[in-house]
Amino acid sequence: MSDTTMNIAPPAPTAADRLKFYGMWVIVAAALIILPKIFSSGGSLTTFSLIGISIIFSLSYNILLGQTGMLSFGHAVYYGLGGFLAIHAINIIAKNKFAIPLPLVPLIGGFAGLGFALIFGWVSTKRSGTAFAMISLGLAELVASSALILRTFFGGEAGVSANRTKAFRLFDWSFGPQIQIYYLVAAWTLIAVIAMYALTRTPLGRMCNAVRDNPERVQFVGYDPHVVRFIAFCFSGFFAGIAGALAAINFEIANSAYLGAVQSGTVLFATYIGGVGFFIGPIVGAIFVTLLSLGLSDLTQVWQLYFGLIFIAVVMFAPGGLTGLMMMHWPLIKAGTIARVLPAYLISFIPTLAMLVGFILAVEVIVFHMVHAGGDSHIKAFGIPFDAENRGVWAIAAVLLFVGAFAARKTWKMIAARWDDALTEARAKGAAA
Amino acid sequence: MLELIVISTLNGILFGMLLFLMASGLTVIFSMLGVLNFAHASFYMLGAFFGFQISKWFGFWPALIIAPLLAGALGAMVERYGLRQVHKYGHVPELLFTFGLAFAIEEIVSIVWGKSPVDFRVPALLDFPAFTLFSTNYPAFKIFMLVISIVIFAGLLITLKKTRIGLIVQAALTHPHMVGHLGHNVGRIFMLVFGVGTALAAVAGVIAGPALVTQSNMAGLLGPILFVVVVVGGLGSLPGAFIASLLIGLVQTFAVSMNGSLAGLFGPLSPDLAATWLSDIWNVTIAQIAPIMPYVLLVLILMFRPMGLLGTRET
Repeated sequence: MSDTTMNIAPPAPTAADRLKFYGMWVIVAAALIILPKIFSSGGSLTTFSLIGISIIFSLSYNILLGQTGMLSFGHAVYYGLGGFLAIHAINIIAKNKFAIPLPLVPLIGGFAGLGFALIFGWVSTKRSGTAFAMISLGLAELVASSALILRTFFGGEAGVSANRTKAFRLFDWSFGPQIQIYYLVAAWTLIAVIAMYALTRTPLGRMCNAVRDNPERVQFVGYDPHVVRFIAFCFSGFFAGIAGALAAINFEIANSAYLGAVQSGTVLFATYIGGVGFFIGPIVGAIFVTLLSLGLSDLTQVWQLYFGLIFIAVVMFAPGGLTGLMMMHWPLIKAGTIARVLPAYLISFIPTLAMLVGFILAVEVIVFHMVHAGGDSHIKAFGIPFDAENRGVWAIAAVLLFVGAFAARKTWKMIAARWDDALTEARAKGAAA
Repeated sequence: MLELIVISTLNGILFGMLLFLMASGLTVIFSMLGVLNFAHASFYMLGAFFGFQISKWFGFWPALIIAPLLAGALGAMVERYGLRQVHKYGHVPELLFTFGLAFAIEEIVSIVWGKSPVDFRVPALLDFPAFTLFSTNYPAFKIFMLVISIVIFAGLLITLKKTRIGLIVQAALTHPHMVGHLGHNVGRIFMLVFGVGTALAAVAGVIAGPALVTQSNMAGLLGPILFVVVVVGGLGSLPGAFIASLLIGLVQTFAVSMNGSLAGLFGPLSPDLAATWLSDIWNVTIAQIAPIMPYVLLVLILMFRPMGLLGTRET
């Protein structure tokens, strides 16, 4: 062992580091067990289950986008096929009385995702970048349209349904009540998250990052970028299949919407809004987007428009996603200079909020006049009732929007200046690289 | 049979030329800016809806001029105030930006014009059969669409081959960096190229609107096929995009008019196959699989010629 290798190798983790690392997973597991005891309503259990499924799906997507640098527009293919195979598996198990308990069904979905990733992955990972993005879209369209043609397997428009309680029983869990499904999803979420985290620490995970950053160099040192991309693609398909199977178990149905462009788009939104640069990013994104889509749809009928605009705003102003925004503050907190920025945030908050309220008011008024012209003008958006016909509301919306935007721009400049100061000082203290 | 072939060929070329109108804009934008405009089909849709609205107020002919200009101006604004901001983060965020834009445009269109098809009619001047072929009337508007597409194609070809602007665009196709170093790669050219590209898509929208269906999901239906065209033709290759457009137009149109299935072909050999779960594959007609034909073509091209028909760059 020469000195160079000794220097390059990272230091072995200390006992305290190990305790911190494994302790964290134990705490997460404990939190997952306790969570339904605190929020025990049926609605929150369903929400938690959806979030868990979304977390697995988003993390599997990030193996492609964040870790290997492949922008896929067709990840729902593996999710959906996993879901369909899982539904068929439940039906077959119930019919033939096979001794396969329901908690193992997601594994079947996972292998279905893996199988199809093996088939489609080889052709699509031949190319990277923009070409890969378009090819993934084309393959997704191929599968989604085929689903409507092959009616026996995909069940046409109606989809295929199953009764999850009819599967082989273990320990007398029927998996009828949502709480049992919650624990099933939670357990699989934990397993999948740990497995995917472990994957990032393997040499393969590192090679994926290398392929993302510099494929020519990877080729030069003797690896085939195509093969690395292909393997990453297969892992990604496997975990997406697990997520799809869990979704199928949760809803007891699989239909062609599972495979469609909307599903692929949603996982892309969730992963990117959360942040692709950090392992935790897609988890944050999955939670945020699931809550947003459940919450916004109650508050306003054009929630999808807001959803798209939020995505555009994140792409334009925070390419690191929500996690990137949070992590930006870490060096400042460490150096103790965060106090310089916080007052600027507080000052900026008011005009920015005014601008947003003005914008939302304007959108809702316009939507009213476009969609319900002539109807009752007393509408409600975000729980606040107002009169869309009232010229005063129009004026308020315009004033809030334009004055708010004007003032907000000034305060953003102040934030930028303060930010630079704080970062310079943090750098001087050696807290930031 | 001959009737079928002639009509299908005409329709196939027509659809292919429409695809090329859009693919040309997309390819030029991609070659110059390096960004694949995911929202390109959305500008096609905007063209159709602007065309519908303007033709309701002023008639079809002003709409044919004004709608593409409006959509082009909008495209130029998108480049100036959106894409240019995102450019510093790299190509993936640029693609994502246009993806989000496509999503938002679809939402806005369905808010403004509703989700069901609008009544965008062929102008009265062209609402007559151009000629009768084997007892089938071929509508004059389709001939008009074909003429417009060919005129624009010729115009584009002359602009690209004979003018100074074309020289810069052509150079950017093969040597994007060199063009940059020569000082041509300024923001305004980008903005104009983006605007012209989106205007081309909008022209396709205005003339396709009355013939096909004008509704809020038309971008989503055509967008993926457009990308198939670009990949099959070879990224950044205009001649490739032309060949691929015609190929896909013809393949899809011919598939729609054919009714054969595997069962029809081999049915007498093994009648018992129809009863199994394979029966779907067995009984499906060629007309039914017409929508997936472009994607099948995509997979085949990827397997045998990953850089596309006339592509040179292996990205």
